[in-house]
Amino acid sequence: MAPRTRTVALLVRAAVALGGGAVASRMLFLPGPLDFAGGTKVALADYEGPSPVGVPAELANASLVEKGRYLTDAADCRACHTTKGGTPFAGGRPFKLPFGTLYTPNITPDKATGIGNWTDAQFLRAVHQGISADGTRLYPAFPYASYSLMPDADVLAIKAYLFSLQPVRQRNLPNSFTFPYNQRWLMGFWGYFFNKDKSFEPIAERSAAWNRGAYLVEGPAHCGECHTPRTLAQAMNTRAKFAGGVAEGWNAYNITGDRTTGIGAWSKPEIEAYLATGHANGRSVASGPMREAVDLSFSKLTKSDIAAIATYLQTIPPIHSARLGAPAAFAAASHAQGPTDNPIGKRVFEQACVSCHAWSGKGALVADAQLTAKKAVSDPTAANVALMVLQGTGPQTAGRPYMPGFAHSYSDTEIAAVANYVTARFGTMPSKIAPKEVGKLRAE
Amino acid sequence: MNAATPTRRQLLRGMAAGGFILAVGIAGNRIAVAGDTSTGAVFAPDAFIRIGTDGATTLIMPQVEMGQGIYTTLAMLIAEELDVDLATVTLAEAPPSDALYGNPIFKIQVTGGSTSVRGYFLPMRRAGAAARTMLVQSAAARWNVDPASCSTELGTIRHAASGRTIGYGAVAGAAARLKPPAEVQLKDTRHFRLIGKPHHRLDTAHKVDGSLQYGIDVMPEGVKFATLCASPVLGGKVAHVDDSQARALPGVRQIVVLDNIVAVVGDHMWAAKQGLDALAITWDDGANAAVSTETLWQGLQAAATQQGVAVTKGAAVEANGADVVSARYEIPMLAHAPMEPMNCTVHVKPGACELWVGTQVSTKAQRIAAQVLGIPPEAVTLNNHLIGGGFGRRLEVDMVERAVRVAQHVDGPVKIVWTREEDIQKAMYRSVYGSWMGAELQDGKPVAWSHKVVGPAEVARFLPPAFKNGIDSDAVDGAVETPYLLPNPAITYVRHEPVGIQTCFWRGVGPNNNVFSTECFVDLLAKKAGKDPLDYRRSLTDPKGRAHHVLDLAAEKAGWSMPLPARAGRGICLQFAFGSYLATIAEVAVDDDGTVRVQRLVTAVDCGIIVNPDGVVAQIQGGHVFGLSAVLHQQITLEKGRVQQSNFHDYRVLRIDEMPQIDVILVPSAEAPGGIGEPGTVSVQPAVANAVYAATGVQLTRMPIDPALLARKA
Amino acid sequence: MLELSINGEVHRADVTADVPLLWVLRDVLGMTGTKFGCGIAQCGACTVHLDGRPVRSCQLPVGLIGDRKITTVEGIGATRAGAAVQKAWLDLDVIQCGYCQSGQIMSAAALIASTPAPSDADIDAAMAGNICRCGTYVRIREGIKKAAAEHHA
Repeated sequence: MAPRTRTVALLVRAAVALGGGAVASRMLFLPGPLDFAGGTKVALADYEGPSPVGVPAELANASLVEKGRYLTDAADCRACHTTKGGTPFAGGRPFKLPFGTLYTPNITPDKATGIGNWTDAQFLRAVHQGISADGTRLYPAFPYASYSLMPDADVLAIKAYLFSLQPVRQRNLPNSFTFPYNQRWLMGFWGYFFNKDKSFEPIAERSAAWNRGAYLVEGPAHCGECHTPRTLAQAMNTRAKFAGGVAEGWNAYNITGDRTTGIGAWSKPEIEAYLATGHANGRSVASGPMREAVDLSFSKLTKSDIAAIATYLQTIPPIHSARLGAPAAFAAASHAQGPTDNPIGKRVFEQACVSCHAWSGKGALVADAQLTAKKAVSDPTAANVALMVLQGTGPQTAGRPYMPGFAHSYSDTEIAAVANYVTARFGTMPSKIAPKEVGKLRAE
Repeated sequence: MNAATPTRRQLLRGMAAGGFILAVGIAGNRIAVAGDTSTGAVFAPDAFIRIGTDGATTLIMPQVEMGQGIYTTLAMLIAEELDVDLATVTLAEAPPSDALYGNPIFKIQVTGGSTSVRGYFLPMRRAGAAARTMLVQSAAARWNVDPASCSTELGTIRHAASGRTIGYGAVAGAAARLKPPAEVQLKDTRHFRLIGKPHHRLDTAHKVDGSLQYGIDVMPEGVKFATLCASPVLGGKVAHVDDSQARALPGVRQIVVLDNIVAVVGDHMWAAKQGLDALAITWDDGANAAVSTETLWQGLQAAATQQGVAVTKGAAVEANGADVVSARYEIPMLAHAPMEPMNCTVHVKPGACELWVGTQVSTKAQRIAAQVLGIPPEAVTLNNHLIGGGFGRRLEVDMVERAVRVAQHVDGPVKIVWTREEDIQKAMYRSVYGSWMGAELQDGKPVAWSHKVVGPAEVARFLPPAFKNGIDSDAVDGAVETPYLLPNPAITYVRHEPVGIQTCFWRGVGPNNNVFSTECFVDLLAKKAGKDPLDYRRSLTDPKGRAHHVLDLAAEKAGWSMPLPARAGRGICLQFAFGSYLATIAEVAVDDDGTVRVQRLVTAVDCGIIVNPDGVVAQIQGGHVFGLSAVLHQQITLEKGRVQQSNFHDYRVLRIDEMPQIDVILVPSAEAPGGIGEPGTVSVQPAVANAVYAATGVQLTRMPIDPALLARKA
Repeated sequence: MLELSINGEVHRADVTADVPLLWVLRDVLGMTGTKFGCGIAQCGACTVHLDGRPVRSCQLPVGLIGDRKITTVEGIGATRAGAAVQKAWLDLDVIQCGYCQSGQIMSAAALIASTPAPSDADIDAAMAGNICRCGTYVRIREGIKKAAAEHHA
């Protein structure tokens, strides 16, 4: 190799190394959750004003267990640690990840199969650092990168509540991860870079409500775990904070201040209604994992906490999602106008959908059933529409109208067709979801 | 026919409170519920005819109307001979009495098995003719003339010679004092005024304006409303109920906890349902907790290894002989899902009980209520109602039993209505069935034929005296008598009662399995023989026979030889069952993903003498739709002993926008009448499967159609 | 106490707002012509009209109705379209068991009131939400065409 060539090669290598280093450092060193807001971070003890952590004022005099129950709801522990039809907190719910299936553990106080023998220190280490009592590393599907913002007192209140429950003997199921993902010790590196393990620090210049909202959103409610896209290293990419992510096949949509693809156009009461009930008129209906979050967590929070969350969310900087259409106007009231190239989709729609949703998409009976203007119908992946058709949505036992799932009775072809019909009729970015993709979502 | 007269007391016992509501603006026949003979009839020559002094005529219907049009048909049969104007008669549901109203074929009060016209064709006409004879006799006596010189016309007796006329009502009192004639002369078929001509239905005027009361619509004074939840696993028990939340709900009045049922009584159905949803019930699943669809199929296949009982004397086909073809065909577990969900209204009183329900078996319903309460059957007043869909489900009385057990704990009348979820998940079901077929071919034609039927013995359970020599006549129906000239067939039956589910009849009954397997197997043999399925069937049937004739008619109408595009095909079902011959030809197109679209059905019917031709057409159309739902969309599956389907979103029913064109050809015939409610359901299933075979080359051996097996390979 | 306008008359019902209209009609007011089939708006047996438009009453909380006018199968014969449908249903012997037909007639009446000569596609779009287990669909289609022709003659 000639010296000149060697020089060029060296230069290229250096450039690659530098560039790679820059990429790596961009990947490894991400902004903190509140960095977008500017201002002065202060330690909790130094914050002037009501404490943004713990339970709301209404529960100030409650017992430790009562406080713990509230925080357990706020942290939505139950959703993941309960399998379908199973006893709450006894674990066993499967999560299908790209590299295998993970089963959540039993966190009832059973000594043999649950966490009955755990000490306070062990519990804190698990919730803050993702290290189990026996020292094994937990996968970050357990959102300890968010939970680490919770001060010890809040975490121990949760432990007190969990320990007040009836112990359930239910053995944990082994995960089915393949190499190298089954090498749990590698998670130590992940935690080193992506879990700051530092209690929440309020921002001095912001209001008490904003700081309370920030604590709930970033800590216990761990919104970013689904709504923030992930980097290659599976960390929350806080540079695109709340611009939309995925959860169990569902698209967790943009909740930034963007007016067309985020929630920038939503009023504060609309955000509050959505969180408290799962429905904001003409805006959105919570489905899939968000429905669980509403039913098991947000709906149990006080009005003041819901308001605080809305206050905080309204300050998230807008990021536009290019792959999400703007809301459409109502469709025609007649079936005869609208997409004509999808007879299968139309047939399924007229059989199973139109009775509740109407050809106009306004909803034939209740406002929850409005299709027009929902993000899902302007999502060209149609993933959420297909999942709602497969699984259904809405509270089945609360005495309110709900949507049943059609997985048993319609084929992948039919469900793909009706999803594409719905996005074409009611949205602005028609989808082309294929039967095969519906087949994959069916397995979720 | 037994012409004993029910006592006035027996009849009145069955009277419904409230009776009927007159339709506004729509003329139509009055439909009364059980035993409502409030006409004050004086002439009651038998169990079926009541004529008052004013001529008002009530015909008592021994078969329940559930959509099949039997009220119209039975009334036509009586009126043909009695000579009354059907536009003016009242039709009343018979009160429970096996002695008076037992089905001539089953001997107990049953509407089912496509037996009504077969059983009642002559008895109804004889009843009408006997009554007419007595009325004419009375008039002739009054005029002192020879009865033979009198004629009748629509309720009026005429003496032509003197020009005198008198209405039936005027002589009803005198006729009532006569003895019914020992023998009657029935009309010559050439003089039929009604039989064989289309007649509008007599049961539907009140169905267009909501005034007809089905069982679910009754409102006895002070009625409360309840809904219930039985153990999700057959044989399971209630372990614990936490009712703290339910009790706090508005409108919830009472919570009834039995060993395997929990019910909530409320001010209305919604309150009751909200209460039920709010209960936290823990079940002890019991022995069937591991039952699944897979265990059902495994059980069936294990049973098939048994030799079974020989139904015919033929020798079984040797499995390893030359030119031997064998195949296995299976049909799945199904729910009936009639549009009117299960319901029963019950008022338990000291030592007595009143029931309001729509049932295909009124005496059985009465007996089960009596048994639960420990009172004699006569102490149970049964008000039977027109039925919002039976299909075999209402041949069972499990819903009556459950309702009475709940009502025992409730003060006053209580209407117990099943949610659709409860109706589908805690039901009695059509069982899985299987057929193991074998044939030896010579020059393409079968020289030996064996058919082993594996399935439950529904007759043994339903009508024990009819179960003889270990052979269930229903389970082998359609296997023993085929339309084909088969040499010495070997038909065997293996009784197999599936574990973990309760089974019952389902529209089409035994022939669903046997005609499906026989007809698919005939197509397979035709393929092996290199013959066209139509030609093959023609070569196996008597050219002068009724089967051959319907086959040719259907083939011609369907354009059997007309070419079709790729992945489209026609399939035949030729059947003899329920005393009727049917040839059905289905035309289907199969999409690349395996979706089957049924585009046309042509059916030629020879059901013997036809009473109401339009009713026959309606039954074939409806039967086809019922069968299409099954073949295209339906299967009940089990997991951990629990039914996985729950409502119409996951137990799919054919809808109007999936309908094929349906052509029905009726063959004029003077043969004995055959049944018509079930055959159309039976024939459509193999016809579609065979059409799919023709379109794709894939023979489906298990229903319902699995599109994955038919998808075009990429 | 809720006030409802049903078939031109005012009815009062002492129920909470969440109770579906179906059960108010059937169990509270005793108007049992409207049928319960599924409870999840998948079968159409409970169809009534709100201001002339067909809706599934089993999924319609009564508190949302307000002053909109309810028409049920008991009152549909008083409308021209409803009477035409009822007549066609009887002329063609559409009905078998009849349980679903309250809903079929309500859906059909709304269709022909708004569509002079319904095409097969119009009929599919308006009627596919109504299930019939007896399988009367062939005649429902014929009945709608006949009723429409007479209604708009």
